[in-house]
Amino acid sequence: MKNLTLSMITIFIAALFVGCGGEQGSKKSGAMASSAAERTYVAPGEYDEYYGFFSGGFSGQLSVYGLPSGRLFKVIPVFSQDAEKGYGYSEETKAMLNTSYGFVPWGDSHHPDISQTNGELDGRWVFINENNTPRIARIDLTTFETAEIIEVPNSAGNHASAFVTENTEYVVAGTRFAVPSPQKDMPIDEMKGNFKGPLSFISVNPESGRMNLEFQIAMPGFNYDLAHPGRAKSHGWFFFTSYNTEEAHTLMEVNASQNDKDYIAAVNWKKIEEYVKNGGGEKMNVPYAHNVMDEHTHIATTTMKNEVISVDPRDVPDAIFFLPIPKSPHGCDVDPSGEYIVGSGKLSTDLTVHSYTKMIKAIEEKDYDGEAYGVPVLSFESIRAGTVSQAGLGPLHTEFDGKGNAYTTFFISSEVVKWKLETWEVVDRQPTFYSVGHLMIPGGNSQKPFGKYLVAMNKITKDRYLPTGPEVNHSAQLYDISGEKMELLLDFPTIGEPHYAAGIKADIVMKNSKKIFKLEDNKHPQAVKNEKDARVERNGNEVHVYMTMIRSHFAPDNIEGIQVGDKVYFHVTNLEQDYDVPHGIAMIGANTSELLIMPGATKTFIWEPKREGVWPFYCTDFCSALHQEMQGYVRVSPKGSSVPLKWSLD
Amino acid sequence: MKKSSILMIFGALLLLGLFKFPLWNITLGAPQYPDPLGMNIYIDGIEGVEEFDIQNIDGVNHYIGMKKIPKAEEMWEFTIFPQVITGMVILGVLIGILGFFGKVSYKWFLGWFVLMSVLGIMGMYDFNAWLLDYGTDLDPKAILKLTDADGNPLSYKPPLLGTAHILNFTAHSYPRLGGYGLALGMLFTLIAYFVGRKEAKTLKK
Repeated sequence: MKNLTLSMITIFIAALFVGCGGEQGSKKSGAMASSAAERTYVAPGEYDEYYGFFSGGFSGQLSVYGLPSGRLFKVIPVFSQDAEKGYGYSEETKAMLNTSYGFVPWGDSHHPDISQTNGELDGRWVFINENNTPRIARIDLTTFETAEIIEVPNSAGNHASAFVTENTEYVVAGTRFAVPSPQKDMPIDEMKGNFKGPLSFISVNPESGRMNLEFQIAMPGFNYDLAHPGRAKSHGWFFFTSYNTEEAHTLMEVNASQNDKDYIAAVNWKKIEEYVKNGGGEKMNVPYAHNVMDEHTHIATTTMKNEVISVDPRDVPDAIFFLPIPKSPHGCDVDPSGEYIVGSGKLSTDLTVHSYTKMIKAIEEKDYDGEAYGVPVLSFESIRAGTVSQAGLGPLHTEFDGKGNAYTTFFISSEVVKWKLETWEVVDRQPTFYSVGHLMIPGGNSQKPFGKYLVAMNKITKDRYLPTGPEVNHSAQLYDISGEKMELLLDFPTIGEPHYAAGIKADIVMKNSKKIFKLEDNKHPQAVKNEKDARVERNGNEVHVYMTMIRSHFAPDNIEGIQVGDKVYFHVTNLEQDYDVPHGIAMIGANTSELLIMPGATKTFIWEPKREGVWPFYCTDFCSALHQEMQGYVRVSPKGSSVPLKWSLD
Repeated sequence: MKKSSILMIFGALLLLGLFKFPLWNITLGAPQYPDPLGMNIYIDGIEGVEEFDIQNIDGVNHYIGMKKIPKAEEMWEFTIFPQVITGMVILGVLIGILGFFGKVSYKWFLGWFVLMSVLGIMGMYDFNAWLLDYGTDLDPKAILKLTDADGNPLSYKPPLLGTAHILNFTAHSYPRLGGYGLALGMLFTLIAYFVGRKEAKTLKK
């Protein structure tokens, strides 16, 4: 017994020592260094230094976070209906989700990118792609609302997207799932040589931001995965990684992983632009939707287009080349100087970096190593700048700090690795929790990265937070990269599956953020700008209610003379002109979402009453001390009833 | 008399600033209004500091039954004040010119100052009367009817000058550039009187 006690005490003391050792081991930075908590703490009422725009992946949306705090500010609905805001439910916004396949209520958003001027972020728009039904959206950063969505025809799996050139001349879309182009009924196993992987170049109007599909390059049917623009010296080129150059179509995980090298497609878009301007390319008939939210009426309209210009890469000499890259590359990243093109062969342990200068030289000297479907393949050794050897397992994506360092995520070994450009040596590695996909350094896709923080977007969360059943949110991690070693500062959960994010200094964006919509600028045809003009009009069994809302009442708030079987349109205008005073409206029995209406805006929902009675509606967004009183009634009479149409606000 | 007359003319001309800059300013800040609502009071009307401030002040005030902030045509003051100021500028400049050529004595400068002071005090009295009416003549159907400890209806009168707490709002009421110009101009005319007196004495010697 005595021995037992003694040994227990010994174990206890040993544990104490081990415990202490552990404590000391983790406290590397000494007493004077500020803690991670201090560096991510943004005091109440203070602002974050950066905006972070995180893709929602299978949520279809774009979430807005503050960095370094990791606080969620907003979820901007883009490709999926959002009942919270009425997006995709209100009559004004439904058209945003129209496609050539009809109304699609969901999307898979992937890679946000912020507009640029002269290679620097200008903070005007965020572009983001949708993978499943190929589309690109433009989000206006004065309103933080989706302003435009263009469908990308002839594509399937719009993954290598929505990256912009350094003056936002183009936003690109690459095809991840090679398909017949144009689509046709054919045996799947005849894919090889017959499928295509079009790369689309969509121009952006420098004033309005309006997008237009200028041309598509009908590339060989590989899977184009990611892309980044050339910048500075390499401006005018775009680089797309590809996998499945085997052109396998079944048991892809094995059959698409057989080639020792796949390709980065280097596209001289300026050459192709000129070729198209001079009448080059072939017109191809294919339907696609172009949805635009009118900034004055706040009504989205869909224009169905049916023509694209398709360019055969063999027809434009010296415009497109393949750069060999080992092992099914994913990320394709260009350093801030535009010289280095990093391909992350995801089944490799090495990172291959190609040199733009060497590439141009190899092109001039026709230093080819064969060709693929008529596109020259440049000699691997002639264009290689260097290799980061044994950097980790499963490299995916690289960003840069603008100080000569690159940071690459490794999915399989679950870490971020910092290495030096030009010497190609690994200088630091930090674990991620767990299995990081992409990473983001604010300004990372530009000539001027901000270089202070790095965000790792992890695919697997497991035990990082309190458990919430089988499904847990994805997790992001914030690292301080201002020093020689990266330091993990913060974990924060994210929405859906962020495949990428874009960050920008807050002061570039915040000064342009609108507080209200001016009522006098509201050009909605059913807008009512004055309470006394509120009214109800019947046209057959269609009834239009022209309603206003202001703290804290609707006008009209009593309506009689509605009949079972009517189709009642509520056109509701928020008369407020005060910041952060939206009103909502919901009607019992309406088969749609509520509407959330910003000051000065008009929105519409349809209600088809099915039963007689007196039915209430109310304001859904707490607006004032009298919010609870912000309500009204609609009397519904049987069909053919003689109850006259009347309305009031007393 | 030259120096004092120039001062007199300059002082009178400073009143012209009132046609461009606000005489007075009242701001209303509250926890939910981190950017305070504000109104600039000009001699010819009231305007919001920000585009929709007047509408939003009216919106807030309707809970407690206050009247809307008057438009220029709803108050006679906004017609009369510009005329009075114009008249006083003309009068002041005229006195200054006549003084310059030795046609009137420096005492006229004091006369102008006294007249302007009387008019100013009358203006302030009128302004205060309006504030009192605005803050106490409330709609009997007001949503919020608040009383003080003695059961009397609360007054929502903003201060004539200074800072006051009104329910959740803090009201600041201070002169603005036009008002400061008025004060400085009047000060110049007073100085003109004393300088003129000194000049007259020197001349006698």
